[in-house]
Amino acid sequence: MLKLPIYLDNNATTPMDPRVLEAMIPYMTEHFGNAASRNHPFGWAAEEAVDYAREQIAALINCNPKEIIFTSGATESDNLAIKGVFEMYASKGNHIITATTEHKAVLDTCKHIEKLGGKVTYLPVDAEGLINLQELEAAITDKTILIAIMYGNNEVGVLQPIREISAMAKKRGILFMTDGTQAVGKIPVDVEADGIDLMAFTGHKMYGPKGIGALYVRRKNPRVKVTAQMDGGGHERGMRSGTLNVPGIVGLGKACELARLEMQRDIEHTSRLRDRLEKELLKIEESYVNGSREHRLPHVTNISFKYVEGEGLMMGVKDLAVSSGSACTSASLEPSYVLKALGLSDDLAHSSLRFGLSRFTTDEQIDYAISHVTEAVNKLREMSPLWEMFKEGIDLNSIEWAEH
Amino acid sequence: MAYSDKVIDHYSNPRNVGTLDKSKANVGTGLVGAPECGDVMRLQIEVDENQVITDAKFKTFGCGSAIASSSLATEWLKGKSINAALSIDNMEIVEELALPPVKIHCSVLAEDAIKAAINDYRVKNGLPALEEAKAHH
Ligand SMILES: Cc1ncc(COP(=O)(O)O)c(C=O)c1O
Repeated sequence: MLKLPIYLDNNATTPMDPRVLEAMIPYMTEHFGNAASRNHPFGWAAEEAVDYAREQIAALINCNPKEIIFTSGATESDNLAIKGVFEMYASKGNHIITATTEHKAVLDTCKHIEKLGGKVTYLPVDAEGLINLQELEAAITDKTILIAIMYGNNEVGVLQPIREISAMAKKRGILFMTDGTQAVGKIPVDVEADGIDLMAFTGHKMYGPKGIGALYVRRKNPRVKVTAQMDGGGHERGMRSGTLNVPGIVGLGKACELARLEMQRDIEHTSRLRDRLEKELLKIEESYVNGSREHRLPHVTNISFKYVEGEGLMMGVKDLAVSSGSACTSASLEPSYVLKALGLSDDLAHSSLRFGLSRFTTDEQIDYAISHVTEAVNKLREMSPLWEMFKEGIDLNSIEWAEH
Repeated sequence: MAYSDKVIDHYSNPRNVGTLDKSKANVGTGLVGAPECGDVMRLQIEVDENQVITDAKFKTFGCGSAIASSSLATEWLKGKSINAALSIDNMEIVEELALPPVKIHCSVLAEDAIKAAINDYRVKNGLPALEEAKAHH
């Protein structure tokens, strides 16, 4: 029997892999020590576990274990990277370049930087969701200290041209930071080959625990430093104070190891199911994939269904846990700023659904999702005056709508 | 957001979805809302020689509460005279469907749609237009 609702919101968070949980449990009970306790076996056991996790993580992204700074998640890592670089490199400049489709953890951090007197350029994206490299180059000034462009987008899954961006940054002596939250553990990410100087990522998007994340900080060519954003015991080479979350770290390490060992299988599995879902849903008239289908994460698709309203659609697909392009802010529905940045009209943005698959998603679940969504869209369109007008060939823009 | 049982019922089994022939003199059509605002309601009434509404149909692009408000409106309209229908107040819809404050605009839109449909019927049949419905088409 298929259990409902079906979870297809794996870009929001993933379930924890039972193997991750199993690895963590001893570090909450018997091995509960503080990794900073140097004087007894409890501390040593914890430290050893943390060191091992660092290696597991380093192996996934091809870095040195010492280059991993543990944080509470990607939000903190984004903050630490951007604010930390802004402070540390203040004598070099005060300009940061980012993009309009970044996660709020980057965008709002950049707004904070502006309040502190920094300058930020927000690059637009094209209809595919990609930044333009010429525009990036043109935005660089002699005050630019950081380029912060995400690896894979959380709403549409679009992958930015990371290597081209990092090459440009390197040529101009600018640091390159990327929010790797959606990409790490899902596709091969290699900080050396990709030329990444700082990278944020988090456990709960890759079958690991919530509340643990990391910031990769390059130690060689160039040696990068960030100013700590919290004062305290000087953990994590002075960049992030606070007693280490040992069970979380063990979980993140295990999640990274599983991701590395099973990546090929996960990619094949999720992309096969995603492609099937997408192909079937595109058989619905007037449905469109948002963002590049070529440069994209393997487990995501974001589709708009024209002439149906987003909230009504969400109600119609109540057996699926998915996200819509409408952010339900208390009173009004705000269309997603990411979809707006791709040039979608408000109504197309409102009528979009994001499907995020996982290594646990089954064929049966995808079959159900296909028929459930198709039914809901058809039913709502039968009820939609806009669909009727469209079918009669009436141009909706020619109507003088009574705005309210 | 949690919907009331009545909203869910109307959303799942909408009453009177459909289209009446808007070219007929005894059919009044009200189209209110705007796609960018996330709701468009079209409400139609068919009126007999005694000015009693014999049939009502709707189509709505909108959230569950908007669909339920217009579905409920068609139920209430049938059998009412057009004058009696004018007295349907949006707060009655709010009460019947237990709409939360953020969804009151759905009931307002339904009331607007009723008035616009009646007005369309009146204008078609040589009756003076309603004051408050003049803004709508
Ligand atoms: C791209 C991106 N960056 C940052 C975050 C924030 O991650 P966390 O919840 O670990 O703080 C998320 C998750 O919502 C994300 O998708």
